[in-house]
Amino acid sequence: MVSFKINSEEVSFEGDPGTPLLWVIRDHLRLKGTKFGCGIGQCGACTVHVDGAARRSCVIPVARIDGRSITTIEGLAPSDDELHPVQQAWLEHDVPQCGYCQAGQIMAAADFLGQNPKPSDADIDANITNICRCGTYVRIRKAIHRAAEIAAGEES
Amino acid sequence: MSALLNRHHFTRRQVLIAGAGAAGSLVIGLPALAYEEEGERMLGFFIQINPDGSVIIGCKDPEIGQGLRTTVPMMVAEELDVEWDKVRIEQMPLGIVKTAEGFRWKYGGGQGVGGSTGLTSNWEFMRQVGADARRQLVRAAAERLGVDESQCNTRPGFVVCASQNVEIPYSELVVAAAALPVSEEPATLKASSDYRIIGTRRKTIDARDIVTGKAMYGADTVQPDMRYAVIARAPVLNARVKTFDDTKARKVDGVLDIFEIDGPEPGEPYIILASGVAVVATSTWAAMQGRAALEIEWDESPNANDSSERFWRENEEMLKGDGQVVLDEGDFDATMAAAAKTISRQYRVPFVSHAPLEPQNCYAYVKPDECHIIAPTQMPSGASRAAHAVTGIPRENIRVEMTRVGGGFGRRLTNDYVAEAAMISKKTGWPIKLQWSREDDIRNDFYRPGGLHEMRAGIDADGKVTAWAQRLASGSKYYRRPDMPDENLYQAELYLDDFPRRIVDNIRMEYFHNTIGLPRGSWRAPAHTANAFVIQSFIDEIAHETGQDPLQLQLDLLGEPRELEYSGHGGPTFNPGRLSRLLRFVAERIDYGKRLPEGRGVGLATHFTFGGYTAHAIEVTVADGKLTIERIVAAIDCGFAVHPNGVDAQLQGGTIDGLSTALGLEITVKDGQVEQGNFDDYPLMRIATVPSLFETHILNYDDVPTGVGEIGLPSAAPALTNAIFAASGQRIRNLPIMGQLT
Repeated sequence: MVSFKINSEEVSFEGDPGTPLLWVIRDHLRLKGTKFGCGIGQCGACTVHVDGAARRSCVIPVARIDGRSITTIEGLAPSDDELHPVQQAWLEHDVPQCGYCQAGQIMAAADFLGQNPKPSDADIDANITNICRCGTYVRIRKAIHRAAEIAAGEES
Repeated sequence: MSALLNRHHFTRRQVLIAGAGAAGSLVIGLPALAYEEEGERMLGFFIQINPDGSVIIGCKDPEIGQGLRTTVPMMVAEELDVEWDKVRIEQMPLGIVKTAEGFRWKYGGGQGVGGSTGLTSNWEFMRQVGADARRQLVRAAAERLGVDESQCNTRPGFVVCASQNVEIPYSELVVAAAALPVSEEPATLKASSDYRIIGTRRKTIDARDIVTGKAMYGADTVQPDMRYAVIARAPVLNARVKTFDDTKARKVDGVLDIFEIDGPEPGEPYIILASGVAVVATSTWAAMQGRAALEIEWDESPNANDSSERFWRENEEMLKGDGQVVLDEGDFDATMAAAAKTISRQYRVPFVSHAPLEPQNCYAYVKPDECHIIAPTQMPSGASRAAHAVTGIPRENIRVEMTRVGGGFGRRLTNDYVAEAAMISKKTGWPIKLQWSREDDIRNDFYRPGGLHEMRAGIDADGKVTAWAQRLASGSKYYRRPDMPDENLYQAELYLDDFPRRIVDNIRMEYFHNTIGLPRGSWRAPAHTANAFVIQSFIDEIAHETGQDPLQLQLDLLGEPRELEYSGHGGPTFNPGRLSRLLRFVAERIDYGKRLPEGRGVGLATHFTFGGYTAHAIEVTVADGKLTIERIVAAIDCGFAVHPNGVDAQLQGGTIDGLSTALGLEITVKDGQVEQGNFDDYPLMRIATVPSLFETHILNYDDVPTGVGEIGLPSAAPALTNAIFAASGQRIRNLPIMGQLT
């Protein structure tokens, strides 16, 4: 049995320990915000935080997260009333088109900004590798910069 | 264009349907918009006005990222006169009604999105829904107050009667409004100068649900007792299952059932693409593990020796001969013979995959006499037909619900995955969620056809283009259509009315149909993606070959604004002057003609697609074989931008789709197998390639909007390759670009 926390809640999984974390989250925990896009860690639609670090859950066997703490898009906002700065910025810049990749984009950006509070465009280029098939990259870039401002307490 | 947009076809009915909605709210079941077409009664859309003043609007068409779920309520809210922040949107299911003459649309208009028609098919109709509903509310208020209707007006959410000094919230008027007869005469629509929502900057209505992970896609469907299914598919195109051994697969924990799925004969019209082996399990992963443990022997496929190498070699050979002349205007041969200079070039446009980020999936529950489908689809009526075809259940007993769709791009015009899910559910009797893997998706697609184009032009002593030919050898996407005569195969690949038709007098188009086992279909902006690249590249080449400035040559060709006949999709006319306006605009914005350092250059391109116009100016650096896109200026003329923020988004996304595809994407076949399978060998563009200097501009032309889902794409790739030439002298005539620059 594998036990871990997800969005601050204790959960356990008794199935195949080789099951990718993604499918445990989606099929067993029924948290559908984390998406399946490629299954080989290429696209990032399945990005979650493992102990705060952005990870592609489609290539992590659930056994490897025993005792760890997972945050998914459903658990990113501090509360129902207050969104995470990245989510706020995504709304300000109206990023989504089809929206399928955006949970992964937001989880990746949230961790990235934790490590690079004031990123340059080059920092974004070097670190943000999630695929958006709709091509929302123009707005993703602006929203990342904006999220940095929000997190730093700057007004728009 | 739908006949529904022609109001003369409507017979308006004295019907207003009211009923209790959720939580005591009231539903106006569009009243005013129950009407008849060709003698068949259809009910209209619905508007629900809740006691708190919030308004729920039904969207009949699927949301695939094109923004329709935001654009439609903008239209309704404008005419109904309610505050934008009071509006919500709900997805309506497929509505078809069986009649003696066949199936008819229940909600008053076709349901489905393709060809950038989502906006135009809703434009007249949904504004009228709002306007008629508003008039019912005004009449109800006038009756209550005992005044003439003319003394009442509205402000957002209220009917106002100045003479009585009262205002009544809509929510208090709905019951009375619903009981009033509806006049035959449609309510007057607002003048565009009075718009306060349409044409203004609004944000995606579902954005908050998306950024909090609450938006539900097809893949997120959960239903009671649902089982999970995957299908093992043949690695070779059109191969059939010979035998399989499922001993190991059945031992995988959670695997419930395994059986063969029958497929069509190669080349025959299809419902699903090919035969395979279905694995049903208690979870997606268990089903995938079961599939991995299967041992399948496949029959020899007639396409076992197919290869891209053969296909492209044959195209070259074909172009050496004579093809089907599909257009011959003026005297091409004589003009070429008399030309001061002739130029001929070949361009190759590869097969590409749609690769929407949400892999295909579908929920199906087939019972003995009814069926429930929940699917991410662009064509819900096709989903209904597909389910009917494989279950035999009458379509009126097949319920089709549409989810938000994780990207369409034309892939989900085809409902093969719906048929598969229904087949598996029918065989097992269980509610089934079918999930494709990424590899399933990339290797079992309806690809954009690849083709080899030969362009020829005659130029007179003044540098004027006097003769023009486009000769194309390709695998038409119509290859597998029922009842499609061979002589019409070209229609999917060569658009006869495209520029420079009716501009260059002596023009010829010639088609050669080649065969390959790769399935073909509609890929965002279909053949415009190929033709814009080819035509806009060739004009740039002609300019350089004849010592002319590319912009000036293009402007000379396009000329002044005038309406030319255009019988293709997006007609009935094409105005080349609207392309000139955009070209001049983007050229000015990017400071075209400025002095640039070594290795740096600007490229321009423009194209007319489905009624809309775009131009791109792109600045690049090419150094030591490395391409850097420095700046992108894109401009669109979609007539009138109903939802400008969405238009910008589509122009950004379309541009990036065009560039991403041109830079790195190609589907190839070897030994009958698609060689690509996932994003490691089908490398979609990532953010690092997108410059921060990326601007979009909307240049409205009149107050007649056109859809924008595809228009932003075609001119992007040739602007890039023209820029590469300007920067480095390297002419890209073979897509994708990747690996060619030195």
